Amino acid sequence: MNKKENFLKGFIKENPLFVSLLGMCPSLAVTTSLENAIGMTMGVFFVLVLSNLIISLIMSNPKLAVLVKPVRIPVYIVVIATLVTIVEMVMHAFVIDLYRALGVFIPLIVVNCIILGRAEAFASSNKPVDSLIDGVGMALGYGAAIMLISIFREFLGKGTLTIWGDLQLNLTFIFNFLKIEPIAMFIQPVGAFLAFGLILAGITAIANNHKNKLAKEVTNNG
Amino acid sequence: MIAFSAFIIENIILTQFLGICPFMGVSTKRSSALGMGMAVIFVMLISSSVTWLLYTFVLETFNIEYMRTIVFILVIASLVQMVETFLKKVSPALYKALGIYLPLITTNCAVLGVAILNISKGYNFVEMIVYTTFIGLGFLFVMYIFSMMREKLDYSPVPKAFKGAPIALVIAAILAIIFSRFGGII
Repeated sequence: MNKKENFLKGFIKENPLFVSLLGMCPSLAVTTSLENAIGMTMGVFFVLVLSNLIISLIMSNPKLAVLVKPVRIPVYIVVIATLVTIVEMVMHAFVIDLYRALGVFIPLIVVNCIILGRAEAFASSNKPVDSLIDGVGMALGYGAAIMLISIFREFLGKGTLTIWGDLQLNLTFIFNFLKIEPIAMFIQPVGAFLAFGLILAGITAIANNHKNKLAKEVTNNG
Repeated sequence: MIAFSAFIIENIILTQFLGICPFMGVSTKRSSALGMGMAVIFVMLISSSVTWLLYTFVLETFNIEYMRTIVFILVIASLVQMVETFLKKVSPALYKALGIYLPLITTNCAVLGVAILNISKGYNFVEMIVYTTFIGLGFLFVMYIFSMMREKLDYSPVPKAFKGAPIALVIAAILAIIFSRFGGII
């Protein structure tokens, strides 16, 4: 696998959220607005990239690896928890609104299965550079997925798209044009499940279609 | 009041989105939903008590509240391990019932989430125990209902694209609608 494939696999083929269904709790909770999803993405990006890098640096050093191997899960957890604490403190200091909006889900990045999963499945057995690329790809793939859900929810629920603070895209004219109200249900907890289910079904349908096409091509050629 | 709102209105799965992974993963059968629910209540109670005591008597005394996340996750991870070995020795029957679900709990965000919520809500010890118990019961309750629905679902014709996780999520949405209406009671 070359570097480009390694980077891109996080987006589609091994998308942590839509394909592996990892890290669902935060992705349902913080997707009420695009702004929150972007903030969450930045947090996950920082933690995932650095934890992948640090863990693969530890594990690719033969002396350290022997020492760490029997207790590797606790070691991973300490590394990840430290990084998450840094994120928490930085957010508290500089973007207090975001800190309040994300609430308990910032410390919960620790138990996000994606991060521990990548540490165990990829970073522990690959070179630091590859792990770094894997981390960037996976974090961006996850970010793209939660942003997609949040765009869906915020647009249908409020008719706006908030990018950052006052930077807001007002799309309510579409609802005015159609003479309907935004569906407020979508920014409530109910909408999270519904939106995620529908998007997942859509993706499955596209994937099935693609598979069928491939299968047909094979039979035609054969 | 705390009990009722923790059980129904603030239901951990449907309104706070904690513990979705086991909710989707182990809720395919009624028996496994029950086992997982019991294991979660058990671990949640122990870990919340320990982390609450640690936070109030150690972290606050030394002004190192920022160590919260690191300390809590380590406590929970080692507690789960300890509970597992302890149960294996003392009560093999209970171990058999809960055993396979215990390792899964370490990565269950509900356990860490409740430990943190207890602190940030500023509960005292008794309130904390009540809150945790009923959050756990709420988790068990919803898991059980959901697993019954999923068992029925196995026999229903579902569109191909919706098979598996998507239809489960849509069902969860319908359950969440029902639960969100309970908010009007108080």
